[in-house]
Amino acid sequence: MIATAIAFYLFAAITVASGFMVIAARNPVHSVLFLILAFFNAAALFVLMGAEFLALILVIVYVGAVAVLFLFVVMMLDVDFSELREGFLQYLPVGALVGIILLIELLLVLGGWLISPEAAGVAAAPTPAITDVDNTRALGRIVYTQYVYLFQAAGMILLVAMIGAIVLTLRHKPNVKRQVIRDQVARTREQAVENRKVEPGQGL
Amino acid sequence: MTEFLVAYGIPLAIIVAQSLALIVAILLVTAYVLLADRKVWAAVQLRRGPNVVGAFGLLQSFADLLKFVFKEIIVPAGANKGVFLIAPLVTVTLALSGWAVIPLDAKMVISDINVGILYIFAISSLGVYGVIMAGWASNSKYPFISALRAAAQMVSYEVSIGFVIVCVLMTAGSLNLSDIVEAQKTIWYFIPHLPMFAIFFISALAETNRPPFDLVEAESELVAGFMVEYSSTAYMMFMLGEYVSILLMCAMTTILFLGGWLPPIDIAPFNMVPGVIWFLLKLFLVFFMFAMVKAFVPRYRYDQLMRLGWKVFLPFSLFWVVLTAGVLVGFDLV
Repeated sequence: MIATAIAFYLFAAITVASGFMVIAARNPVHSVLFLILAFFNAAALFVLMGAEFLALILVIVYVGAVAVLFLFVVMMLDVDFSELREGFLQYLPVGALVGIILLIELLLVLGGWLISPEAAGVAAAPTPAITDVDNTRALGRIVYTQYVYLFQAAGMILLVAMIGAIVLTLRHKPNVKRQVIRDQVARTREQAVENRKVEPGQGL
Repeated sequence: MTEFLVAYGIPLAIIVAQSLALIVAILLVTAYVLLADRKVWAAVQLRRGPNVVGAFGLLQSFADLLKFVFKEIIVPAGANKGVFLIAPLVTVTLALSGWAVIPLDAKMVISDINVGILYIFAISSLGVYGVIMAGWASNSKYPFISALRAAAQMVSYEVSIGFVIVCVLMTAGSLNLSDIVEAQKTIWYFIPHLPMFAIFFISALAETNRPPFDLVEAESELVAGFMVEYSSTAYMMFMLGEYVSILLMCAMTTILFLGGWLPPIDIAPFNMVPGVIWFLLKLFLVFFMFAMVKAFVPRYRYDQLMRLGWKVFLPFSLFWVVLTAGVLVGFDLV
């Protein structure tokens, strides 16, 4: 038990500290790197709770894909750090307000979960023992049966968002030469190569 | 206190000993695999390759190691020092940590976790951070372009690797690597999943930045890509990380498609050979394919690389996932 506790406090402390560094770091790229560290330690906390599938999905999706794209964008931003810091006090009230609202909402949700009878019913619903069925299988059984419509709806929303982003950003400029692989592959030797007999001193 | 030591100290000591043994073995194999890579490359080009240090150049990798270690690490003045020095460590650590779940033989694995395949997928998807951090921290133009290329390339090919893995684990009905190997007792998966085997092999080349997909360090365009500013030990760690992750990908190919430690035919002379030998033979076969591809396939153009990943591999592997699921359900094989 002690080893678990030590591991928990270690990972939790690193998660909180790197979460703090995300907003405290001066360099935005460092912020993203600390965010990745926070994700990684959150995944470790999931493992400690016995949710190894969620932990690895967290690493694959957030660290392996989302954070890479974050980093990609942040690296290319040309941020003037001094200018950023000037606006700090100006936006402080708004930021604090949003933060407080989020905190209250989280507390309400968690409090409601503890108090309300319906939530207690859901929580008491029979979850299979970890010895009978592993996490992945248990999750699959629920997601693809009971919640299949919600699962499909979530997938559709993501698809729409993806297509929307592509439609908004894809522009074919008329005077830019494009690579058309089909035409390039269809080209034969006769179309591409020409042998000419060049007379000495004449040129083509 | 003694109770605590008995409960945790002994298992910890065992795990540490096993890990050290595995790491030493991997590093030795890496040294010779690197030599083999150069020898194969040389043989294809009708050269001799390294043949001076030791008999047949067998000690070449160790000579290189000494040379790298005794040189000075140069950190560019404009570099972001912390990230610059962490980047090679990240590469090596991630590449080595993937090996923790690879079963070399039945029961011969450090950590037999039940989501082993997801763990490897997660670890290999993190490999891109070494490249991105190195490219950004170098504060130089070629490394930066290389980092951007790496980010796009590795994320793209992860998607198709993910679908290939989904096909295999649906057929095996488990995410545990040992179970996946055991499930291939009847037939190795490269026969029913032949197109996926090809896609996985090519995606593995792209994921590890091997030629013909080494756009990240293309010497004719980017000098040496993200490694331009690196020297001595830091550079060596990138090379080491690259080769260890190539070996990891070879091991993955072996486990997912070539039946891991299983003998080709389960009869007398074959099944008396230890499983580790079979595993290593298959691993070296896959690595030989990696080396041959490097030797005679010209480098891809970047837009073709992206097209291949997103417009060819992704739709096809998605189709294969659906087909596999359909066959498994339709013929009641689940």
